[in-house]
Amino acid sequence: MSKCSVGLIALSGLLLSSAAFAQEKIKVGVTATLEGTYTVLGEDGMRGHQTALNVLGKKVGDKELEFIVASTDATPDSAVRAVRKLIEQDKVQILLSPLSGDEGIAVKNFAKTHPELTFINAASGAQETTYVDPAPNFFRYNMDGAQWQVGLGKYAYDEKKYRKIATVGEDYSFIYTQVFGLVLEFCGAGGQVTNRQWVPLGTKDFASVIAALPDDVDAIYLGLGGADAVNFLNQYQQAGGKAHLMGGSIMIDQTILSSKGNAKNALIGTIAASGQADTWEDPGWQKFVKAYQDAFPPNKRFPSPSLLATNYYDSTMALILALRQVNGDLSNNQAKFREALAKIELDAPNGKIKLDSNRQAIGTNFVTEVVDDGKGALFSKVVKVIPNVNQTLGYDPAVFSKIGLPSRTVPECKKY
Amino acid sequence: MTRFVERHPAWALIVIIAVAIALWLIFAIWPPGLEEAIGRKRVFLNAVFNGITLGGLYFLVASGFTLIFGLMRNVNLAHGSLYLFGGYVGYAISASTGSWILSFIVAFILTAMVGVLLQVIVFRRMEGQDLRQTMVTIGLSIVFADLMLWACGGDFYQIQTPSWLIGPVDLPLITAIKSSGEPVYLRYPLVRLVIFAASVVIGAGMWLALNRTRIGMIIRAGVDDRDILAATGVRIQLVFVLVFAFGAGLAGIAGVVGGTFQSLSPGEDIRFLLASLVVVIVGGMGSIPGAALGALIIGLAEQLGSVYIPTYAIVVTFLIMVLVLAIRPQGLLARR
Repeated sequence: MSKCSVGLIALSGLLLSSAAFAQEKIKVGVTATLEGTYTVLGEDGMRGHQTALNVLGKKVGDKELEFIVASTDATPDSAVRAVRKLIEQDKVQILLSPLSGDEGIAVKNFAKTHPELTFINAASGAQETTYVDPAPNFFRYNMDGAQWQVGLGKYAYDEKKYRKIATVGEDYSFIYTQVFGLVLEFCGAGGQVTNRQWVPLGTKDFASVIAALPDDVDAIYLGLGGADAVNFLNQYQQAGGKAHLMGGSIMIDQTILSSKGNAKNALIGTIAASGQADTWEDPGWQKFVKAYQDAFPPNKRFPSPSLLATNYYDSTMALILALRQVNGDLSNNQAKFREALAKIELDAPNGKIKLDSNRQAIGTNFVTEVVDDGKGALFSKVVKVIPNVNQTLGYDPAVFSKIGLPSRTVPECKKY
Repeated sequence: MTRFVERHPAWALIVIIAVAIALWLIFAIWPPGLEEAIGRKRVFLNAVFNGITLGGLYFLVASGFTLIFGLMRNVNLAHGSLYLFGGYVGYAISASTGSWILSFIVAFILTAMVGVLLQVIVFRRMEGQDLRQTMVTIGLSIVFADLMLWACGGDFYQIQTPSWLIGPVDLPLITAIKSSGEPVYLRYPLVRLVIFAASVVIGAGMWLALNRTRIGMIIRAGVDDRDILAATGVRIQLVFVLVFAFGAGLAGIAGVVGGTFQSLSPGEDIRFLLASLVVVIVGGMGSIPGAALGALIIGLAEQLGSVYIPTYAIVVTFLIMVLVLAIRPQGLLARR
């Protein structure tokens, strides 16, 4: 019996390998920030991508997907360089890129020079990417930074009774978009944002920034990510900081909540908003968390997937499902594939996702609060779930366009 | 000092006035008009203190770099990797034993050993060939960076500050007067003060060792003319190995310091290599007092820049480097 089964396995293995040999391949290029300040974010993004492949498989009809990974460092030029390399050297047909805000704007513009290829945004969240002059071949299945802040301003004002806040953020498009979403809602509710500080991406020594934080505010909003966030918290603790904190979507995230050392404990009780919440009870989310945990040994992953892992999972899922709908047909400049991408409705782990006419996601947002699980691990606990968040944040498009594009000083703190 | 005043009376006057203004800014209670113009005194004082303490960290990294360069004319572009390596070793030790002090000792010894290996295996084989050394050390720094990424991952590591160093202390500097007439003192993180004090002690110790001991005399002689020194019968290769080990060990200590009040992650190696290059270019290649002055200037420029001109803060450091290269290309305190 055992002999027989061994023989069968060997035979099937032989058949499979010869089948694979004859198969046509679809080449997909993936970029992630595997260098610099956002290294941890890129690594976890790739884990999310791998989880999606484990769950969905790499087969599309009789074709096999082949993924080629290139590394970037969150700067726009590194992203364009990586994408160009993938297209010109590796001859990829579809791109899953990029991770970070400024990269997104650069890759979207670059996408216009390659109308024959299709770009699926991996995780970047600057508003401009899909809001201003969108590229017809660029699809984004995650919400932008402003959408990810929906609910936070009102919660801070109504429930936490914060009236005056100050913000500290990294000086680039994604954080501008996050602060945009926060200020719009918080000031709309009647709150005041007295001070906005911007620090360069990759700042290590925050001591002076911390000293310059105003005393007369109810809370301080932190729009930092990766190494910057960890450094800030560490030095904030050393300076004896005690203010209430609020967090952006990559600040209150497993990339920071599971960093080594105890500086992260300053975040317990912090309120935040993001495209996911670690402790959401939804069965789809729990299933995804399980798949993520099973895919990697505990010391090679976070206790729960980060926002980046989720975004990479969702975009990989959109890619594979749309390709399956058209049975891998990429003829006629990928027209059918793009049509499928535009129409697809994802039953993603972090809620249903569909695209608007700019090929930008409309999805679910979560207001969260950081809790300690009792064993020293921190998680974001759901406070509020807000479905169907669109890019104009529920504003009339004409009103929304008058607010201006997110920047260091836009929007003004007033009711629009 | 007096010679400087005699030769450049105008410059001396400017320096004296600048020092007087700086002292007044630090010790006086600011009039309301000034607070309105440039912000609260607390912010200014904090930026100055942060600049000085950050300068202390830069000095630790750059002094090893400049010592090695001064004696051996080795441009060791893997110096940043030694910093990061020391930091990771320090993290491992402090996480497993819980002792912060022990992590310094082990980090110093292990990075010094790496330094010895570098000197014996790499630099001795290509003595006097600057370009080859530069290329090889760039290559090594890339290899080290990838090895450390493989071993430690892209995570951020922070070395646990011992409990007796956590939190701020009040310094006897008045930042403001409350409406009740009660003075408000400057609160400052204790750990940064301790680290600064330690770097001053190390700096002073190095200066004493170089100027007051026999081995210091040999090193200084080697800096001036190592061929003649070798001809007098000094075992110059042994001196080279010792100096390289010490310089590398300092970088390792700096890694522990950096891991304590900032964090360790891939990319830090390049950042500190760049910082120490700028520091020694400003201060003068091969000069220890130059490294101290350069580190102080760069630290202050970074911190004051990040508060008062945040948008251009990154540029300030390089502007200073360009200015120094244009006006005094050998560096501010270089002897030759």
